[in-house]
Order: sequence, then structure tokens, then C-alpha cells
Amino acid sequence: MQSPTLLALPIVIPLLAGALSLIYWRSRKAQRIIGVLGSSGLLIASGFLMEKIWREGTLVMHMGNWHAPFGIVLVGDMLAAFMVLMTGVSAVTTAFYALGSVSKQHEHFGFYPLMHLLLAGVNGAFLTGDVFNLYVWFEVMLVASFALLILGGERAQMEGAIKYVTLNLVSSAMFLSAIGLLYGLMGTLNMADIAMKIGELEDTAMITVVSMLFLMAFGIKAAAFPLFFWLPASYHTPRVAVSALFAGLLTKVGVYALFRFFTLIFPFEGTLSQSLMVWIAGLTMVTGVLGAAAQFEFRRILSFHIVSQIGYMLMGLALFTPLALAGGIYFIAHNIVAKSGLFLISGLVFRFKGSYELKELGGVYRQYPMLALLFLICAFSLAGLPPLSGFFAKFMVIRAGVEEYAWWLVATALAVGFMTLYSMVKIWAEVFWKEQEVCHIKPPRKFRGGTRMMYATVIMLAGLTIFMGLAMEPLFRICMMAAEQLMDTDGYIQAVLGVTP
Amino acid sequence: MNSLSLVLRTTGYFLLPLLLIFSVFLLLRGHDEPGGGFIAGLVAAAAVCLHLFFTDVPSTRKLIHIDPRDLLGWGLFLATVSGVPGVFMGDAFFTSQWVELTLPILGETKLGTPLLFDIGVYAVVIGTVLTIVLSLAEAEE
Repeated sequence: MQSPTLLALPIVIPLLAGALSLIYWRSRKAQRIIGVLGSSGLLIASGFLMEKIWREGTLVMHMGNWHAPFGIVLVGDMLAAFMVLMTGVSAVTTAFYALGSVSKQHEHFGFYPLMHLLLAGVNGAFLTGDVFNLYVWFEVMLVASFALLILGGERAQMEGAIKYVTLNLVSSAMFLSAIGLLYGLMGTLNMADIAMKIGELEDTAMITVVSMLFLMAFGIKAAAFPLFFWLPASYHTPRVAVSALFAGLLTKVGVYALFRFFTLIFPFEGTLSQSLMVWIAGLTMVTGVLGAAAQFEFRRILSFHIVSQIGYMLMGLALFTPLALAGGIYFIAHNIVAKSGLFLISGLVFRFKGSYELKELGGVYRQYPMLALLFLICAFSLAGLPPLSGFFAKFMVIRAGVEEYAWWLVATALAVGFMTLYSMVKIWAEVFWKEQEVCHIKPPRKFRGGTRMMYATVIMLAGLTIFMGLAMEPLFRICMMAAEQLMDTDGYIQAVLGVTP
Repeated sequence: MNSLSLVLRTTGYFLLPLLLIFSVFLLLRGHDEPGGGFIAGLVAAAAVCLHLFFTDVPSTRKLIHIDPRDLLGWGLFLATVSGVPGVFMGDAFFTSQWVELTLPILGETKLGTPLLFDIGVYAVVIGTVLTIVLSLAEAEE
């Protein structure tokens, strides 16, 4: 049986790159080359994977030839492939941006191996078809992110890391207990196998308990209401390249897991989980955006907006129609691009002006009009102005809400959109427009070549958000295909186990 | 750290090679019986830690010759690469490949990619534990 090797590459490439950059830990140059090659390889492989899945449908690989439900399977459906592709985009931008921005000291402490390990964990979580394996990939990702978060060891970083680590450990503990209960109930941890057997189970109360545990565990990881405060407490502390990587990827894995579990495994429509999800989505949007309104630090504002945007993705899940799910998926992709872009811009502003505080900044528009333009593109995209990707993302989710007569959610989503615009305008007015008062903070030393590299990655992301808006038609088809695959659990089970339920 | 007991130092020098041999034994029997790269790596790392107890950091570093961080990198590399040969045989990733050989002394021997994987894990575990222990010990001194 010919096996789709391509499916394992998005995990193997970063693992190998991580191992190689550990071997070459003495040489800064070698690590940088491996960083660029590894992430570019990942992007290319994920592109091919996406194309193959588009043509041939869901791909399945039985690792080590141990067949499901006993062995661990990798399953690539459209959703997984799309997420892996976006991870590739994130990887490439981070690797190139890091060339210009990460200091010698951080590179010495292992920035590159950790970055690769994080990417391997993220891709593993997207591709696995086994619940316990998902847990393992989550841990790989978390361990790498803990280390990346405290790289440099400043006081603020430690403070943020304590909150981050504590809440994530709580979430992991819940995740693990939920897995234990699930295994006790079902006798299997293969996602497709569970999906097939869960309907036959009589103890529906227990299923609700387990699904609530998973909901809480993934909710924390996705930074959804009410346990989101670890995110704004920690994301502004590490280096910008790290912040951007986290902002782009980490919470999205939690959202992905929610999408996967509540479409495939647990009954969702009309259950307690769905009515809860509606509230969670709405409250996450509102609290995130209100939190951002109260902040006056560039990266903290952006961090709060991550939370509010998670609400839109969950809204897609809560509505549970093909269009809503497709909108949620498109929103994830859009958010990875726009949010990483904004974080990287904040890093460039810091490089020029030496601060993240809005009141100390100013006059960037006058001095660096190009940067201002890039900010406008990413910020408008985040706020949802046409023809950028954010507009279509919000449009799809809200349209789905209207079709389902979910007026409160729709009204919330629209209001939060305006509030997002308000936040972006606040940054624009303070950082770019107003005259800078006498600057008493010394800007850091400039590296010309590095700055150019940083610019190039931001231009790439801004270009991508425009492109994603203009090329809406094919992207819409991809997202709809992913959403339909999510709704069609029988197709997934058929692909993995080879039997029709 | 010369005030340590003579008993610890003397037994330590005897135990160190024994523990290392035991770790290799655990590593090799690990495929079908209890053992394997992880536990073997812990035993080997424990042996080096014992050496650290009755000597100091520089002499322990001299004992292991290579930097533990190198071990970590090479181990991870080996473990990942051990999954690749299966792909060339047309199987799924990480499918074990076996070769049967008749070696002098050992006789009929089955060698395969799981052994490579175990050795990789062995190196990663030793590398990780020693990197942590040695940095802590250095920070203390």
C-alpha cells in the first residue's frame, strides 16, 4: 500500500531542523540558515499537501504500519491542511524576521531549536487523529513555548510566564483527566473510532461531563472567556518575533481542537455545549475588545484583540452551519496573517523609537510613511474593512448568524467590529499621527540589513492579507470544502477506519 | 568538594562502569522486554551524576568528553531519521525495517531502525539530564 509520505513532512521537517540546529548550537550562522531552510521547506511541503488533499480528498497515514484504531494515525483533511499551510506562512515570516530582530544572546539560548520544536508541535496537533497523541503534541508545543517565553529572563517575562504556565498546566491536567474518562467510557482514543461508537453509548450524562472537561481545557488554551487573562498577561513580554509566532499560532491550536472535537466526536447541535459556546463566543468578543480599549501599550492592545478575535472563530463553531464553520476557518487564517503582521510592525516601531508605550511614541507617519501604510493595511484588515481579508472573514460569520436568526450574536459581532476599529484608530493617532514629545528614551542601535529583512516580512504579510481578500473565491471554496468535511463525520470515519458506519 | 566520605568515592569509582554497562544492557533488551532508550538513558545519566557527587563539575565534564548539548542534538536527529528508511521501502513513516545478519561472536542478530530510535532517545535523555544537572551544579559553584 502506497502511503502518503507528504502527510508526515510538516512534522518531520521542523523536527529535523530542530535537531540540526541543536547539533550546530555553536554556530549562529548555521542555525540561521537551517531556520530559513527549515521553515521554507515546511511552507513548500504544506503547499503540496494542500494541493494533494484538494485533489484526492482526506489522506490518512498509519504511523509505523500499525493500523487504526490501535496505532496512531495522521489524518489530513482540508481543515488540517489549511491550518498547516498557515503554520508554514507563520514559520517563514518568523524565521526571516528573526534574522533581523533576534539578538545574539537569544540565539545562543536556543531560539531556533525551540522555534522548530514549537512548529513541530503545532503541526502534529493539527494532523493527528488520536486524542492522546493530540495531548502529546500540545505538550511539545507548550514546553517549547514556555522556554521561548522566558528567553532572556527579564523580570516582566517571568511574571507573565508564571501566569501562562500555571493556567496552561491546569488546562493540561483537565485535558488529561478528560482523556482518562473518555478512554474509560469508550475503550479507544482514536478519534474516528470514538466518533463511530459514541452514538451507541447509553450513559449520555457522562458524555456531557467529558465534553465539558474538553471544552474547558481547550477553552483555556484558546484564550476564550472566562479564562483568557493569561494571554494579555504574557504575550507582550517576550521578543517580538516570539510574540508574533505565539499570536499567530498558539491560541489557534486550541480553537482548532474545539472545532475538531465538537464536530467529529461529541454531539453538538442542540446540546448544552452549543448554548454554552454561543455565550462564550459573545463574551469573549466583548471582554477582549473592552480590555483593549483600556490599554495604552502597543502590544497589550494587540494581545487583547487576539482574545476578541477568538470570539469570532468560536461564533463560527457556535452557529454550526457549513457557512459559519467555513467563516470560522477563514477567520483563523485571516487572523494568523493580520495579527502576526501587526505584532511585527510593533517590533519595527520599537526598533525605531525604543518604546511600546503609546504616550511616548509619535510621529512615525512623518518619518516612516511606508511603515504607516503597512500598519493601515493590517489594522484595517483586523477591523474588517473591504477588500481586505478581515472583511470577508467577518462577513461570512455574520452572514451565517443572520441566516440562523442569531441576532444577539450578530449585533455583538458588529459592535465589536466597530470597537476594534476604535482601538486601531487609537494606535494610529498616538503612534503614527501625533507629534512625538521630547524623546527621553534612547532608541536601540540600528542594524540596516536586519531592518530591511524585517520590513520585507511585514510587506509579505500585508500583501497576503490583501491577496486573501482579492482571491476570495478560491479561498471560499477551500473553506467550504473544509466545513463540509467537518459536518460529514461519516467521510472521516470511512477514510480512517475503512468502514462505513 | 574534598570533604566527602572515602566510602562514597571508592564505591563510586566501582559503580560508575557497572551502571554504564547496565544502561547499555537495558538499552539493547528494550525492544521486546522491559527496558529501552528512555530508562537506559536515565540510568546512564544517574551514573554520571554519581560521579559529579564525589568530584566536581570540570572533572565530570572531562569524564563525558563531549558537551551534553551535542548529545541532545545528535540524539534527536538520530531518532527522527530512524523513521525515514520505512518511507523508502514504500511503507508509512516510522515503519520498522529489519536486517538479519550473522555476526562473528554474536551469531544470528536482528538489527533494525527501532534500535536506532532507542539509541537516539538514549542520547537525548542523557543530554537533557546532564545539561540541566551540570548547569545547576555550575550555578551553585
